[in-house]
Amino acid sequence: MSSVLVILESKNDHVTRISLEALAAAATLAETLGLRLNAALVGAPTDLVFNTIQGKAPHTVYAVQHEKLHAYTSDGYTEACAQLIQSTKPAYVVFPHTYQVRDFAPRLATRFGQVLISDVTGIEPGPAFTRQLFQGKLNSTWRATAFGEGNPCFLSVQAGAFRADLHIPGETILETFEPSLDTLAIRTTPGEPFRAAAQTVDLASAPILVSVGRGIKEQANLPIVEELAAALGAELAASRPICDAGWLPMERQVGSSGQTVAPKLYIAIGISGAIQHLVGMKGSQCIVAINKDENAPIFEVANYGIVGDLFDIVPALTTALNARAR
Amino acid sequence: MKIIVAIKQVPERDARIRIDAAGKWIDLQDIEVALNESDAYALEEALQLKEAQGGEVVAISVGPERAGQTIREALAKGADRGIHVEVSDPDALTNLDSLAIARLLASAIRDEQPDLVLTGLQSDDLGFGQTGVILAELLGIPHATLILKTEVTSTGIRVLRELEDGWFQHIDMPTPALLTIQSGTNKLRYATLMGIKRAKMKELRAVTADLASVAPVLVRDRVTLPSKQRTTEILTGTPAEAAQKLVDKLQAEARVL
Ligand SMILES: Cc1cc2nc3c(=O)[nH]c(=O)nc-3n(C[C@H](O)[C@H](O)[C@H](O)COP(=O)(O)OP(=O)(O)OC[C@H]3O[C@@H](n4cnc5c(N)ncnc54)[C@H](O)[C@@H]3O)c2cc1C
Ligand SMILES: Nc1ncnc2c1ncn2[C@@H]1O[C@H](COP(=O)(O)O)[C@@H](O)[C@H]1O
Repeated sequence: MSSVLVILESKNDHVTRISLEALAAAATLAETLGLRLNAALVGAPTDLVFNTIQGKAPHTVYAVQHEKLHAYTSDGYTEACAQLIQSTKPAYVVFPHTYQVRDFAPRLATRFGQVLISDVTGIEPGPAFTRQLFQGKLNSTWRATAFGEGNPCFLSVQAGAFRADLHIPGETILETFEPSLDTLAIRTTPGEPFRAAAQTVDLASAPILVSVGRGIKEQANLPIVEELAAALGAELAASRPICDAGWLPMERQVGSSGQTVAPKLYIAIGISGAIQHLVGMKGSQCIVAINKDENAPIFEVANYGIVGDLFDIVPALTTALNARAR
Repeated sequence: MKIIVAIKQVPERDARIRIDAAGKWIDLQDIEVALNESDAYALEEALQLKEAQGGEVVAISVGPERAGQTIREALAKGADRGIHVEVSDPDALTNLDSLAIARLLASAIRDEQPDLVLTGLQSDDLGFGQTGVILAELLGIPHATLILKTEVTSTGIRVLRELEDGWFQHIDMPTPALLTIQSGTNKLRYATLMGIKRAKMKELRAVTADLASVAPVLVRDRVTLPSKQRTTEILTGTPAEAAQKLVDKLQAEARVL
């Protein structure tokens, strides 16, 4: 029976949330197409990992094991997954869109003459897959045209696009899959992951965040948002380009490569709303966006928006807030 | 050290984007274009490596005729040569998938025998984030993605790779290798007047893309405007009026102040 294979990731003995979302997306796909759902964990999965998956839909969970897979390398993962696909012949392979997947899945798809449909946000009948263009300014729908059993269609799903809390009860079989990697030369030598210097601000616990993006234009303009933050008793946060430029320290960066925050109030000023920023803040209770572009994607997640020039609106907001205080 | 940098011409960040009549791509008429953001950082990294190590930087792009301007800009900033894989039919160009682009790039650079191939990490228009990785597979060389820093070693190259949530990792690998470069890592240089003058004399080789060899396996059916997830209430009026409305809403409706 042909299948949908979902390749999961684990961290600290748990399947990651985005992997559970990918599992849910894969389960939907399998159900609509009448295909079997299988899952795989590459590396050294423990029983704990398996237990979080059991009964959540997959027919078989493949524990892909080899000592060359203990540390992630693109060579090792590409070859191991290629062998698993050759052996189990799925029609679709689904990944969570993580930095690791971005690193090796395109290489894997190339081995099968396919193109990874990356960062998928929705599945339509067909099936066709939706994904964003122009950093979220447009949506688009894609179809793979030349795939089939053993030569699958590859896709990765965006964080937060599918609900993780799926339960399709059933028996799950655990099977060990040992790829033959003994003669494989792994060309890269990965070092241990490490963290940058200790954090001195805890953005995650601040009830109000005033967050500034590239719309501020210059470092010299920062005082207008600092004054707003002061009027609100808020911490200052920023999008990545502001921290890259060194205008604010890295530890104030919100997003996939920075902090994840969920304050009571998040005010995004001159921030376009690229997905890598949104994943770090869309859980906020109330989101306000100030942007001169009425089509900026940030407005898709905002509760309140003001369309206009931040250099007019931010000082007016500070004035209104200070008037309230007195 | 011979370094090839793959650069893409994309609509400018602030360009007004409109969906075309067929609903399959955007209207490219009169749109301002620029060098893809992360490609500018890939080019900068290449130029700095060349300044430190000696060697040559070659900029390559697959694109329409006007992509030649973007290659000239790279030459003006200091690249030594350019290769333009020209696709003159606009429909054929917008229908190429990442594998097709990577195949065109691979066949144009295979004979160059580079030590290093750099690409941006993601294009600002399509955003697949994969053309570089595919290219590495086609060239049969190792790669690393999301690279912030590079350092030449006695055995090859050592790179700093960005992981999620503020984590990092070093990776060592032999050359030739391919790296996809993250934005924001360096300060970008501007082209000097002298640079612009010199660029006119530099070699920019145009090759015609062999489209027959790269039939797409991925098809874009439609391009649409995004639908809203939350119903955003847009507050209007003068800046003072809108600001006052917002404060009132935050206090009385959202109750977050
Ligand atoms: C792997 C990866 C990881 C990333 N990680 C992160 C991350 O952790 N955090 C993050 O933020 N980004 C991250 N990014 C970058 C992200 O993709 C975007 O490029 C970035 O978030 C854009 O920042 P911005 O919104 O400030 O700038 P832009 O996208 O340039 O937006 C500026 C906005 O300001 C508006 N504007 C301009 N002038 C004015 C004015 N006068 N008044 C009002 N509005 C104005 C514009 O309309 C525009 O919407 C990552 C990217 C990648 C590929
Ligand atoms: N048409 C092209 N010409 C040259 N390089 C390209 C082209 N398309 C993509 N690239 C390179 O591949 C990177 C990733 O693009 P993408 O996979 O579309 O996100 C870009 O940052 C460029 O460096």
